[in-house]
Amino acid sequence: MASTPIRPDPWQSLAALTAARIGLGRAGGSVPTQPQLAFQLAHARARDAVLQDLDVDALNAQLTGAGFESLRLASAAKDRATFIARPDLGRILDDASRQQLETRAQSAPFDCAVVIADGLSARAVLAHAVPLLTELCARLAPSEWRLAPVAIVRQGRVAIGDEVGVLLPARMTVLLIGERPGLSSPDSLGIYLTHDPLPGRSNAERNCLSNIRPPEGLSYAVAAHKLAYLMHEARRRQLSGVELKEDAPPLQLMGSAAAGMARLSD
Amino acid sequence: MPAYSHTVGTTTYRFADLKALLAKAAPLRAGDVLAGIAAHSAEERVAAQMAVADLPLKTFLNEAVVSYEQDDITRLIIDGHDAKAFAPIAHLTVGDLRNWLLGYEVQADTLTAIAPGLTPEMVAAVSKIMRIQDMVLVASKARVVTRFRNTLGLPGRLANRLQPNHPTDDMQGIAASILDGLLYGCGDAVIGINPATDNLAQVIKLNHLLANVIEKYAIPTQSCILTHVSTTMQAMQQGAPVDLVFQSIGGTEATNRSFGVTTAMLAEADAMARSLKRSTVIDAAASNVMYFETGQGSALSANAHHGVDQQTIEARAYGLARRFAPLLVNSVVGFIGPEYLNGREIIRAGIEDHFCGKLLGLPMGVDVCYTNHADADQDDMDTLLTLLGNAGVNYIMGVPGADDIMLNYQSTSFHDALYLRQLLGLKPAPEFAAWLESMGILSMDNQLLPAPAGHRLLGLMEP
Repeated sequence: MASTPIRPDPWQSLAALTAARIGLGRAGGSVPTQPQLAFQLAHARARDAVLQDLDVDALNAQLTGAGFESLRLASAAKDRATFIARPDLGRILDDASRQQLETRAQSAPFDCAVVIADGLSARAVLAHAVPLLTELCARLAPSEWRLAPVAIVRQGRVAIGDEVGVLLPARMTVLLIGERPGLSSPDSLGIYLTHDPLPGRSNAERNCLSNIRPPEGLSYAVAAHKLAYLMHEARRRQLSGVELKEDAPPLQLMGSAAAGMARLSD
Repeated sequence: MPAYSHTVGTTTYRFADLKALLAKAAPLRAGDVLAGIAAHSAEERVAAQMAVADLPLKTFLNEAVVSYEQDDITRLIIDGHDAKAFAPIAHLTVGDLRNWLLGYEVQADTLTAIAPGLTPEMVAAVSKIMRIQDMVLVASKARVVTRFRNTLGLPGRLANRLQPNHPTDDMQGIAASILDGLLYGCGDAVIGINPATDNLAQVIKLNHLLANVIEKYAIPTQSCILTHVSTTMQAMQQGAPVDLVFQSIGGTEATNRSFGVTTAMLAEADAMARSLKRSTVIDAAASNVMYFETGQGSALSANAHHGVDQQTIEARAYGLARRFAPLLVNSVVGFIGPEYLNGREIIRAGIEDHFCGKLLGLPMGVDVCYTNHADADQDDMDTLLTLLGNAGVNYIMGVPGADDIMLNYQSTSFHDALYLRQLLGLKPAPEFAAWLESMGILSMDNQLLPAPAGHRLLGLMEP
């Protein structure tokens, strides 16, 4: 055996049961070269995903193709570096965006504002936001739901949906956002539903669907089904957040598993 | 409020109160900058550190960083202060305390004796004027030993939390990661799962999964499902086999409120878990049953920091933790995200947290970790891991391949534990090490043995 530098794990076949990096084998007690470099590649991709700018033209083209009207907005964080360093700036609109919304504000509120923010993964938004919205609209009767034009927000965090919802105005906000990339999931989309959006709302007042990332994660159909259910319930009960959780069908709720720690930099 | 000042050359720096002084003295931390409380210049920071060094330790008994009336952790710190334990160091300044701690004469028993006399703010203050080598050296002298089904924190030992998370709590997927970890000699601190949801039925199912594995193979370790304390209490009421009660805690009452936790709830859960007597310690009711996680920056995220710097708040969380004599406490040092922008800050924070916790008498582990929006990498983690091994950390995390596929962050791998044990000649907890030898996993000289294709632990995968 001394001639074999790597000792493979005889339980390697169990790796089919989980995406976890099990059965890697060892060189002495250390990670063999191949899995070591595979890890480095995954980290490099996750870092690239975090730093990548949202291609607004491409997203806009997708929305137009799917029949959605859209607005182009931006947060007060002017670039990716500022966005990552200053969570506070990612939660508020820049002046031009605020003016744009104030100018077009209507007296009758929309039933729902849809906001797409790049968050920590522009890749996730480009890959999943429009297919998900298409599935959602198939589940909402147009006579019951008057949706605002889709707001695309660059360098946006979760709470920016509150300001957009107030200015449009809208009775609730559905925010689609790129989640913090995991090593093996650089393109995971999250959804936050906030009834009666107001600046200062806490995450306990929102409902969250996480890990929308077919085929590995939640499918568009399942996510849209759960979201439509939550939207109807939020309207019926005039609330969102933890109090809505109990009645909902089994959900992939974010946050609980993070054991009280903020998992998204919202 | 007394004001503090320090003159450097011709410039006099003034600090409005104790919390402002501590914040200005804190080594640069992105979260303190975000909170608007960090020093404005490098010179101001050192001036503040010089002013901190001159503070008599007694100052901290007379001036609170968060008001006594407003905050139950402040009340816990002040009301629970042990004047007798404090007596030997009562005459010292913060600067003197650093020198005293570094002295040859101060060893484990001295540190254990003074721990109840130290407040979190004293410990945070002294850490601010210590370099990494100071904190590593002093922490390495401290000894905090806890017990449940094995003995953790003994000299020459390094334990490991086996963290077999799965994004949908798939039982087979979790079992496969447990098997992987055990066959890599990990899991003596705890086998602890972060569940994907707070769903009670699911939590109970996971409790049974872990209890069955531990019982079937007579593994001298303990289990924990890291869910909200209220969910764990419900699980216990329904008869789930709960070994340890987990909760994330912070260093202000308002932070804990944002976590949905009160001190009373923790006390109730602690008593409930002790009454189950699942520990093998002779006086099971006196064993350590709590598992706390903390992390610098959580108070800022919860908008509950009261203008206090994040490292001082973190130390205050330890002030709450020690009230419960927990089995395990770890800082999840690189998890919070925007509060740390780079590996350098994570490394220093990890060393601070371990040092402060140990000085306050806690069985400190550290989750050596980072998220993908932090400017950090595996080299930073290796640096922190190696420093912590030398500092005598009680345990680290064990995540397959360092990639937590549920929480989406990078922690330490089973291989990392093997690295540190090999490098520093550290062994697992004695009972667990004996079990690993009996299972043919670990040799007498602390090396992994070749696993045979039909190793009997593989039976763990059978339903």
